[in-house]
Amino acid sequence: MNHLGFEMERVKIGSFDFTCCEGCQLQLANKESTLPDFLALLDIRNFREISSERHDDYDIAFVEGSITRRDEIERLKAIRAQAKILVAFGTCACFGGVNSLKNRIPQAEAIMEVYKGKAVETMPSLKISDIVQVDLSIPGCPVSKDEVERILVGIVTRSQVSLPTYPVCVDCKQRLNTCLFDLGEICLGPISRAGCDAVCPTGKTPCLGCRGPAEELNMPAFLDLVKERGLSLEHLTEKLSFYNAFEPLATDET
Amino acid sequence: MKRDYSLDIRHLTRVEGHANIRITVRDGQLLDARWAIVETPRFFEVMLKGMSAELVPFLTSRICGICSISHSLASIRAVERAMDIVPPVLAETTRLLAMHGETLQSHALHLFFLMAPDFAGIPSALPLLQSHPDLVRAGLQLKELGNEISTVTTGRCTHPVSLVVGGLSKAPDKQRLLNLLAMIHERKPALEQTCSFFHSLTIPAFSRETEFISLANGSTYPSIGGRLVSSDGVNKDENDYLLMTNEYTRDFSTSKFTRLSRESSAAGALARFNNNSHLLHPKARECAESFGLHPVCHNPFMNNIAQLVECVHILEDAENLVNSLLDSNLAEIKTPYVSKAGTATGAVEAPRGVLYHHISIDEQGKVEKADCIIPTTQNNGNIHDDLRALVEQALSEGKNDGEITKLCEMAVRSYDPCISCSVH
Repeated sequence: MNHLGFEMERVKIGSFDFTCCEGCQLQLANKESTLPDFLALLDIRNFREISSERHDDYDIAFVEGSITRRDEIERLKAIRAQAKILVAFGTCACFGGVNSLKNRIPQAEAIMEVYKGKAVETMPSLKISDIVQVDLSIPGCPVSKDEVERILVGIVTRSQVSLPTYPVCVDCKQRLNTCLFDLGEICLGPISRAGCDAVCPTGKTPCLGCRGPAEELNMPAFLDLVKERGLSLEHLTEKLSFYNAFEPLATDET
Repeated sequence: MKRDYSLDIRHLTRVEGHANIRITVRDGQLLDARWAIVETPRFFEVMLKGMSAELVPFLTSRICGICSISHSLASIRAVERAMDIVPPVLAETTRLLAMHGETLQSHALHLFFLMAPDFAGIPSALPLLQSHPDLVRAGLQLKELGNEISTVTTGRCTHPVSLVVGGLSKAPDKQRLLNLLAMIHERKPALEQTCSFFHSLTIPAFSRETEFISLANGSTYPSIGGRLVSSDGVNKDENDYLLMTNEYTRDFSTSKFTRLSRESSAAGALARFNNNSHLLHPKARECAESFGLHPVCHNPFMNNIAQLVECVHILEDAENLVNSLLDSNLAEIKTPYVSKAGTATGAVEAPRGVLYHHISIDEQGKVEKADCIIPTTQNNGNIHDDLRALVEQALSEGKNDGEITKLCEMAVRSYDPCISCSVH
């Protein structure tokens, strides 16, 4: 690969999935207009979903999904041992994601509900950093391909990579959207990390915080806002727990 | 001929999710041929319990990264039918267009990225970037068009934003609809090029009679809702989905199996075609004819061609749907509703076949019980039985080990299995 006359090395990547929908890996094949250029940055060594070729000499491992079975722990540790950089890729990997909703009930009860008498192994959903060291997190349900492109270019050019620290509201205001609180909805935009271009509130759907908490968040002020508008704290709790990305509210607040 | 052959593929590549193929032949006797799904189960039916009805589509879309719109719309349809909500016409038209976008994206991904390497005899589509740049460009153009249709209609191509119970949270933007119309027109040559490419390929000759299951409404090619029908003459109401599926578990698979009139059956593009080909756009029927695809076709490898035929239908029908949206005022997008108790099934034709969500809502507007039956689950039995018949045929034709392995992998991929979906 040549950039401004300088030869640059492609990065050797592996892409792996655990308990998830594989939607984040699919984003790697989206944004087709820039896909050939994006692929030119990569030397894909291991990516079961798109290639029958499998090599274990990757430097960067993209890991999608949460962990819900013992064999997944061993597979994840082997990937960690090989990768120089392990990326928690998407909301399930970063926070446990929607899979964590099943943690609310005993696992034996969950198995009985879905599989009746059949012996099926599962355990409460864990995020990747519960098991191995994570070097970089790219949250999102699904991840934003724009952000993934930006981060990979950063890695290839050895420059700083970072996520926005401010909340979704900042992007939402720039898109001149009507605030969903003014439409009587609870939106997690004021407390969630930006970087998604406020895609949900722009579609007039409340943010559920898939990118996790913003670094500069003011939870007390947010709770006051919900209470002032007379909105249901029960609905707020339901939204905060959707992706397992936020601390539960203290009991005196609910 | 007394020969030994064994195949043990752990985690088949170029499919969505984790599954194994195991085949054992000893002294010319086929001892074992199995399709074993080992994907980790996720328990969406448990996650849904107690959830507010309006959040349901945002959770169910997360069952699948490829067919999130189908899951969203299946549960929206179940909830709307349970609560007697009739969405406005504009929302219904937009939803049909969204389904087209998703199916086009999914079919293009399957045909170019997952399937084409088999026909070209290479491990992935990546070398095609160098060897067949025009063909790859055509594939990317079609996939991009599918994603753009989904984005214009739902706000995002994976995990839709504006599909909600009652209708839409936001109408499609008029300018983007106009751009879409131009884009569809501009990309038709890419589809013609794809058809020419598939004409140059040899589809393996294999046939095993089975039962094809799909939706049908008698007036349009099926997409959202309708009667549940089969090529063996079964015809049932949408709410009778359990009688169409008869789910059961097998010890070697975390994904369930289903059956109807026979031991196994098939869903997907070929099933839709076999049961509804007369309702395709004339250009799509012409395309099918050019490939010698006629109903009822029992060759699973022809599912690839049925997908291609559907792409032709989608481009033509999407144009009509965009025009009808542009002719409307784009104003009435959502029917107001008050939550009430009820139970109903929502069935849609996802890219890989008929998808059922069955949901009970309680007096408080929360999910009391949910059940989701996935297209791939309905194909597991057929894949399993095809492998056996395929290996027996290949052995009798004296095919070598490498040829048998390739045929088995291709047969499974032809169903375009969505494994993580099937183990939801």
